[in-house]
Amino acid sequence: MAWSLSKAFRGLFAGAREVEPQDWENLEDTLLRADFGPRVTDEVIEAVHAIADGSKPLDTDDLRRILGEVLEERLASFDPTLSLTSESGKPAVVLVVGVNGVGKTTTIGKLAKFIATRGKRVLVGAADTFRAAAVDQLATWAERAGADIVKPQQDGQDPASVAFQTVERAVASGHEIVIIDTAGRLHTKSGLMDELAKIKRVVQKSVPISEVLLVLDATTGQNGLNQAEAFLEQAGVTGLVLTKLDGSARGGFVFAVQELTGIPVKLVGQGEGIDDLTGFTPHVFVRQLLD
Amino acid sequence: MAVFGTLSEKLTSALSNLRTKGKLSAADVDGTVREIRRALLDADVSLDVVKSFTGKIRDRALSDAVNKALNPAQQVVQIVNEELVEILGGTQSQLTFAKTPPTVIMLAGLQGSGKTTFAGKLARYLKSQGHTPVLVACDLQRPNAVTQLTVVAEQAGVQIFAPEPGNGKGNPVSVAKDGVKYAKQKMYDTVIIDTAGRLGVDEDLMREARAVRDATNPDEVLFVLDAMIGQDAVLTAKAFQDGVDFTGVVLTKLDGDARGGAALSVSGLTDRPIVFASTGESLDALEPFYPDRMASRILDLGDILTLIEQAQKNFDEEDANKVAEKIQSNSFTLQDFLEQLQQVRKMGSMKGLLGMMPGAGKMREQIDNFDEKEIDRTEAIIRSMTPAERETPRLLNGSRRLRIAKGSGMTVTDVNQLVIRFESAAKMMKTVAKGGTPNIPGMGPVPGVRPKGKAITAKKGSRSGNPAKRAAENAAIHSASSPTGNSFGLGSEPTSELGDKDHETLRRLLERGGL
Repeated sequence: MAWSLSKAFRGLFAGAREVEPQDWENLEDTLLRADFGPRVTDEVIEAVHAIADGSKPLDTDDLRRILGEVLEERLASFDPTLSLTSESGKPAVVLVVGVNGVGKTTTIGKLAKFIATRGKRVLVGAADTFRAAAVDQLATWAERAGADIVKPQQDGQDPASVAFQTVERAVASGHEIVIIDTAGRLHTKSGLMDELAKIKRVVQKSVPISEVLLVLDATTGQNGLNQAEAFLEQAGVTGLVLTKLDGSARGGFVFAVQELTGIPVKLVGQGEGIDDLTGFTPHVFVRQLLD
Repeated sequence: MAVFGTLSEKLTSALSNLRTKGKLSAADVDGTVREIRRALLDADVSLDVVKSFTGKIRDRALSDAVNKALNPAQQVVQIVNEELVEILGGTQSQLTFAKTPPTVIMLAGLQGSGKTTFAGKLARYLKSQGHTPVLVACDLQRPNAVTQLTVVAEQAGVQIFAPEPGNGKGNPVSVAKDGVKYAKQKMYDTVIIDTAGRLGVDEDLMREARAVRDATNPDEVLFVLDAMIGQDAVLTAKAFQDGVDFTGVVLTKLDGDARGGAALSVSGLTDRPIVFASTGESLDALEPFYPDRMASRILDLGDILTLIEQAQKNFDEEDANKVAEKIQSNSFTLQDFLEQLQQVRKMGSMKGLLGMMPGAGKMREQIDNFDEKEIDRTEAIIRSMTPAERETPRLLNGSRRLRIAKGSGMTVTDVNQLVIRFESAAKMMKTVAKGGTPNIPGMGPVPGVRPKGKAITAKKGSRSGNPAKRAAENAAIHSASSPTGNSFGLGSEPTSELGDKDHETLRRLLERGGL
């Protein structure tokens, strides 16, 4: 049976009884296990303490309520709205970036479907010209989502030129949303990160970019923070997409990554199906964790 | 940069407090253990492993099994290191090959962990070892996984067995079975089976993986794990262990800046060895996993612990004292010099040795330029001398030098240079010895050679002798407390290459407690 944060919380707060010192330690362990990371864990515990210490006697129901307030407050400072508007007559461009294997291509498939079902015309650009068969994988997803696709004209074509062609075609054929796939790259490879900057530059010559979405694997630990920082710096990330959130129910990562990078989580992927990508709603998220 | 870079920094800072104190108190240890705990958590080591790890460190650090050879701070470093190595699996492990081919290797892991890429790397690796691998495409789930494997196989220059198009079509179990059959028929000696990954861990995935395993009876089941995984590593690893009972672990994406705490977690919890470390996108970027190296890297002391150990092993204290005596009595001969050289050599290649030094990254270029052959040449010259000549270099007249040059395949000029350098070095050593340079007895042979080195460095670009100096220098690593000369003798203001802090760290580390 998989461990999940909400189950752990439920265990922790089962049955109203007075809070014992042991509970604090368990709470800390629970947060750490959920990838909150040591820093955010300390801060959360401190904040809960600050409120809880004023009200005594304290039972586990109170503790849960206070924890919920603290967590929600921490999420409230971020705006999870996905911005898909652009100048009239021009498409909204979404650039999707991330390290290898986080589910970028899958996310694009789902996002395309998500938007297409709302009656918009979507064009995806296969600018991942590096990974073997990435273009084919994207094409499969695009077909399922009912979106059009621009493929590279030859093997190993410059990704920036594919991105540019995609945008040009969207302008010409009146697509409303453009989603550009990029090759997965480790954020430590500066050459590849420069390539991202170039893609961005080239696209912006034609149309402004509405969103740069960084796809993060929710099972990633604290290294996700390094990733986010590097991509923020190099590609100007405007929003996060957390994938594989269902695989682990490691909600803690949401807190850690938003707070330490200042970038809001905008979409979450919770399953393998094409309809499993949703927007991120903080209070629902917290309620799921605690109730 | 070291894979475990950031963890190393944190542990180093946690331990730096200890280094400055003479004795370990319970409070010291607790404080340090807290820091270590935090550093490990930041590195995504799973909480349970962190707890048991820090518990062990604490117990051992407080227990009274005092190692007289090391000061307390070094002891903690040592304990942490030993425990890390133990968790990481002790010794390096190898793939098991079947007695009668084909050897079947099955890959399992989560989606996006890098299975398909690793399959290509493994195939390439095995091919380079003289095997004839065939890749079997059993990931029939992920869109175009089969296509990807086909491309990868082509890049690796190996055969692929992919009868089904994938994308949800076909039965992986029968593909796996047929793959093995195919390998037998066509005389391929290794079969690498790429299986489907899934999001998270689910029973369907496990059932499929188990069915593939049971149908092919693999010699190795390798669990492919993304080094960037967080606390989830534990569950994933356990689920796969219960599900398919893997025999070894492959860590991928180690070329990123992930601290790789997952390595600790998985080894700590599943008791399965990490066999490979995958470190890049090119198909050649695959290395065997060396637990001891990884552990030392975590501490960011370079492989300095290895250095301590090797030094302790190879430098017999008695010899050391003898050398010191000889220097003082002015009877240090070319024969002694040769022996010193050989001792240093026992520690491994000079390049390797230099690379282990903390801060080595900054002198990478100099290290690369270092010519191992220099030591060979010096040895050759000395070996071409008679015992009498080695004892008394004054005997070396023109014809003897010519003979030596011919015997060693060098020129007379080389021989001359060696002798000149040896003499001035010997003189210098004597001065230093008389001046009572601290630590001479403690650091053994090193002091002997060190000053020689200095003398030699004066002649930049010389060929013989220089290595000795370098060797000695590096072995000695600032054994003398006043770092007067070039610290590494690599021909360019080395003192500034390392910060003062590094110097201090090095010195302390190598200084033997209590001596």
